Amino acid sequence: MENLLSLFVRSIFVDNMIFAFFLGMCSYLAVSKTVKTAIGLGIAVTFVLVVTLPVNYLLQTKVLDVEGILGIDLTFLSFILFIAVIAGIVQLVEMVVEKYAPALYSQLGIFLPLIAVNCAIMGASLFMQQRIGLDATDPKAITGIGSAFVYALGSGIGWLVAIVALAAVREKMAYSNVPAPLRGLGITFIVVGLMAMSFMCFSGLKL
Amino acid sequence: MSELFSKKNKEAFLNPLGSNNPVTVQVLGICSALAVTAQLEPAIVMGISVTVIVAMANVIISLLRKTIPNRIRIIVQLVVVASLVTIVSEILKAFAYDVSVQLSVYIGLIITNCILMGRLEAFAMQNGPWESLLDGIGNGLGYAKILVIVAFFRELLGSGTLFGFNILNYDAVNNAGYINNGLMLMPPMALIIVACIIWWQRAHNKDLQEK
Repeated sequence: MENLLSLFVRSIFVDNMIFAFFLGMCSYLAVSKTVKTAIGLGIAVTFVLVVTLPVNYLLQTKVLDVEGILGIDLTFLSFILFIAVIAGIVQLVEMVVEKYAPALYSQLGIFLPLIAVNCAIMGASLFMQQRIGLDATDPKAITGIGSAFVYALGSGIGWLVAIVALAAVREKMAYSNVPAPLRGLGITFIVVGLMAMSFMCFSGLKL
Repeated sequence: MSELFSKKNKEAFLNPLGSNNPVTVQVLGICSALAVTAQLEPAIVMGISVTVIVAMANVIISLLRKTIPNRIRIIVQLVVVASLVTIVSEILKAFAYDVSVQLSVYIGLIITNCILMGRLEAFAMQNGPWESLLDGIGNGLGYAKILVIVAFFRELLGSGTLFGFNILNYDAVNNAGYINNGLMLMPPMALIIVACIIWWQRAHNKDLQEK
């Protein structure tokens, strides 16, 4: 239990998807103009992460691994399988949400297709693949489907926090006088850099 | 022969290197551009890998473009890209193991690199294989260019070396008061260096400035 809590807090603050690994930068910069849409995309990313990561965990340990049901080392196929699972699940989630929760669909709908090619989703699966081999006492280790789920939830919330924070800063920035060449993209990069610096203070956190 | 290098084809190749750079203007493929640039060597390997993959994926998709049903095109594109990335990743593991360990997950993340999907959607689906090849190489090199510039400054100022060779770590330099800036090796400075490149580029090219 303690391990899970530690993994959860670490994946939000210390191993933050945006500030420590720059994953999902493209949509992060493109969709962070207003807080409302930022929250929508953040929730959609968290949701897709929580659904896809445990599936990919099972696929990695039960099918691709030497000790899986096939008994052959197929880990070189992981890229294709992971991306197929992600693209398939995103499509499925889109259809289910459209049918049973039209209100939610009208808010998340436009973001869902974007998410299939969001690096944060694929990146989380690849980090999970690396962390399976770690020693069980390592706080980063993913030892079972429970910790895979917790890691996905933590990473998703970390991404949500990062995009909402940036959107709030950008909304305020509309009132400031930025030098012309830096307007738009340039100043956003600098703001993200400064936010990443402040997040670096969490890296000393011992959990 | 002259048709192969017509004006339009030259533009497809040269624009991404300058005024339509994938990283600083189209804002694509930022994730890996920032993460692998603490040293020059992995940055160059990453740049070459992305160039090869974009060029080949562009050619394959442009050959298949008339047979791909519109509704499942994203999946087809992802499968083509994922197969190419798997091949490159296995080659790197076999011949450049140290670099492939340094690049860790970012090689796999070429699949979701927005440059690939962006070029496949915007260019290869409408153009023939030869134009697509040029466009792919141009965009790959435009991406590699930014990677090399960022990595050059980060490695020189952060650890005082270039390609691992010592440039600034001498007693005479250190006694004169110069010390390496460790912050350069941290993720935040990559963002700020890219911001400086954007600043420089937009100060020289007024058309790119945003309102």
